[in-house]
Order: sequence, then structure tokens, then C-alpha cells
Amino acid sequence: MIHPIPPGTRDVLPDEMRELRAITERLRGVFEGAGYGEVWTPALEYEEVLRTGEGSAAGAGYRMFDEHGQVLALRSDMTIPIARLVSTRYRDESDPLRLCYFAHAYRAVEHGSGHQREFQQAGLELIGVRGAEAEAEVIALVLAALDEAGLARHRVGLGDGALYRTLLAALEVPAERHPELLRCLMRRDLVTLEMLVVGLGLPRYARAALLRLPELRGGPGVLDQLEGGGPADDALEGLRVLHAALADRGVAERVILDLGLVRELGYYTGTVYEVYDPAVGFTLGGGGRYDDLLGRFGSPRPACGMALDVQRVHIAQAAEERLR
Amino acid sequence: MSTGVTIAVPRGALFAGTLDLLDRLGLDTAEVRANARKLLFEDVGIVTMRPSDVPTYVEHGAADIGVTGKDVLLEAPERGVYELLDLGFGRCEMVVAARRGDDAMGEALRRLGRVRVATKYPRIAGRHFAETGRQAEIVAVKGSVELAPLTGLVEGIVDLTATGRTLAENGLEVVEEIVTCTARLVANPVAHKLKAAQIDALVERIREAEG
Repeated sequence: MIHPIPPGTRDVLPDEMRELRAITERLRGVFEGAGYGEVWTPALEYEEVLRTGEGSAAGAGYRMFDEHGQVLALRSDMTIPIARLVSTRYRDESDPLRLCYFAHAYRAVEHGSGHQREFQQAGLELIGVRGAEAEAEVIALVLAALDEAGLARHRVGLGDGALYRTLLAALEVPAERHPELLRCLMRRDLVTLEMLVVGLGLPRYARAALLRLPELRGGPGVLDQLEGGGPADDALEGLRVLHAALADRGVAERVILDLGLVRELGYYTGTVYEVYDPAVGFTLGGGGRYDDLLGRFGSPRPACGMALDVQRVHIAQAAEERLR
Repeated sequence: MSTGVTIAVPRGALFAGTLDLLDRLGLDTAEVRANARKLLFEDVGIVTMRPSDVPTYVEHGAADIGVTGKDVLLEAPERGVYELLDLGFGRCEMVVAARRGDDAMGEALRRLGRVRVATKYPRIAGRHFAETGRQAEIVAVKGSVELAPLTGLVEGIVDLTATGRTLAENGLEVVEEIVTCTARLVANPVAHKLKAAQIDALVERIREAEG
């Protein structure tokens, strides 16, 4: 008899489990070794709590009623549950908090898309520290953890989610046009973006800046190629400082600056990151700085973090093994 | 010469235009043109497939970049691919068409409260009727859509047309234009970063070649 499981979910048998376990143990070793204590939170949260963190409940795809008629949701990421946990359980703590997790999250998927409905994340959050040093710590740690897990060709993409918005404001693009432009940038629908930007009737330099930005990616040289001036300089300077901090940690050549990088989740406030490996067509993970999220739960503190998709890390690790 | 990237090339209506473009970029596509059955051409970094499969291969990174129609991209919005360029060729119109001479769609809407529409593009059709505030029953078909209104299966169709000849030959006429579709260059998000130099060079050369 074949008894089905929902598409996008999976059973794991011992052979695969041993390999997955080996990977998570190695990641955990690096995270714990750097002082990141592991936490667990429930897979089910009150939907209202997830909405406090982000308007769309971070895209939670599954909701149900409990016995009192309260709406519960399956978490779609771990950052909001950890923000809730920190503001509840570490309310009076002012020292930096370093937390890590290995947990499943859930998202709705299109049938036949090959995307995972349930996926395991390995991630870390550094709470209470402002500035590039904190982000450099998180990024360098993720790179080192992936080395430890057996990857060799992985890279981190680095951008600033506020950069384009700042540029739009600085170039006096009407605010009501921002959402559609940002949506195009997020999807990197550069054809529609060009059409919309040309339609704005901006001066030539402004048009060039808005169209050029999504293509600017590579080494630190790209930071000098954008002539935005004014407010955009803050974001560029932030990236420059972070890149220097990563160079100090000896991982600069692993970093790709990507000025068009925007992450989907609404709680990011500044720099955002993504992790890539040539063996996997999807990002291995990502993260960013989210300085306002804890404030929404009543305990304002700066924070940044990153999460990896364990199954994709496994695919990259297996590909690396074949190359040897 | 090689581009350093794997290119998904659509067979079908966009096949010739895509190969012509690759020729202008200096790729040798002679072998691809000569082999109707072979699918993988490793020497030149080309894989050939149905146009509607291009976003799937590119999204998963099985090809770094690809060429497909805007109609395909609109029908598969969940595919996470970057849309880099409008290549201009393969221009077609996505239209609503109905039997010439009567107002079957209007009458169905008036008297039955909804119109039945056959299409190979259920999402584009569904979105168009929803956005224009009309209730539509979308009937997904695979083959010649023109047959559907002639047999009474539906009152209207949504389909792609280049010249309108097939529609005319079947006694149908265009009643609304939804969107113009051309060939697009799409890229895998990870390849767009890890192979930025190769992809940018290619985009640059296409821009030059197309003037």
C-alpha cells in the first residue's frame, strides 16, 4: 500500500539521516564554539504574534484554529519566533545575546514547483550589537561553518535592502511609484523595471542610476560606480565598512557585493545577505540586519542573523564530495 | 567560442530567432540546427527544450540563462528567474477572441452571469477576467483552442496570436488585446551572482548586436 505525504514534504531514512546529522553536527559545533547557544521554539505560534513581527506573518502558509478558536500558524522562519522569545525571556538582559537554532519551518508551495513545503533551517542570531562588526561576525561564522560542513566554493552576496528605496527618494521619484519599482527589483524583472523607469521621465543621470544599480555586483569596486550622492552614500558607506570588516577576517574574496540585492521579508532594515554555491541553483540561505523587529515586541534592540537551508547545504556538500 | 554559461534554447516558434541571435554573438549553432532530436550540445553550452520548460530549468540552475516568451513567464509567475532583457523577436499578442458576428461572450455574461473561456494559459486568462471585473469559467485545453468556441464548449478563448490568420480561418475575431509578448532573456539568480562576468558580457554583446 502506498500512503501519500503532502508534496514538498519528505521522509528521511537512515542513510540520508546520517549525512544530514553529520552536517548539522558540524554547523552546530562551529556555532556553539563561537558562543551561540541553541534554542528551540514551538513550530506552532499564535498568528497574531507572527503578524506583530511582520505584516504578512512572514508569509506563513498554514493556519488552524485551536480548541479556543484562536488562530495558530506554522512558522515560516525562525527569526520572528526568536524575536518573540528574546523580548519575553530575556527582557531585562542588555548584554549581547548569541543564539542558534536547527529547526523546521513551513511555507506554502505551488504544486509541481519542486519547492519544499517543510524545510530544516540552521541559523544564528546576534542580538544587541549595532554596526558592521556584528554582521561580519555572523557572515564569517556562516562561511566557516559551511567550510566545516564540507563546502568549498560557497559565496556570500551582500547588499543593502534600503539602498534602492533611498535612491528613489533622493532622485525624487513619487512615493506612490516606489512599491511597483521595488517589486520589479526584488524579482529582478529588469525589462519591466526599465519600462517603468523610462516612463518616469527623469533626467538622464537619474535614469542611468536606477537602471544601473541592479546590475552592479562584484568586488568593492562596484561601490564607486554608483553616482547617487547624498542619502544613498550612507548605505554605500555601510557596505564599504562591512566589506572592510570582512576583509579583516580574511573572507573578503568570498563576498560578492550586490547593490540590487533585496530580500523578500519585510523586517530587514539595512544590509542583507544571501549564500550561494555553484552546485545548487537556489540560494543556500540568507539573512540581514533587522534593527526594528525586537522593538515591535516591546524590547528595542539591534540585531542581525542568517539562516541556511540544511537540505540544500547537503546537496552542495554531496556535489563537492564528487569533485574530489 | 564558448560563453562560459549553459543556455536553455526553446524549440518551436522562438527557436530560429534564438539561434540567429546566438550566431550574431559568435556561437556556432550549426550542430544545433542540424539535429532535431538531440537535446544537449555540451560543446557550445546549449540545451534545447520546450519553451514552457525554460523557466523550470533556469530556476533550478540546470541552465544558467535561457530564452523564452513573456507568455510563458506570465503563466509561471512562481518560477524564481531573473528577467534580464527583452530580445524583441517572436512578437505575439495575447488576445481574447470569439466567434465573428455574434456577441456570445456579452450575452453569456448578461444572461448567465459568467462567460466560459478556453485557453492554454489559465492563469493569464483568469487574471485578465478578474482584473476586468467579469466572472469567467476558465476551461484549460491542450490542443487547438480555436475549436472550443466553434463546438459550443465555450463562448471565448484566450490565446497567443502573431498574425491572426488561424483565428480568421476559423471564423474567430480578436475582441480584446491583453498583452504583447516577446522573447525574453532569463537568468538563474545564483548564476547571476556567481557567473556575473560571463552573464554581463553576454548581455552587453546582445545589447550591441541588437543596437
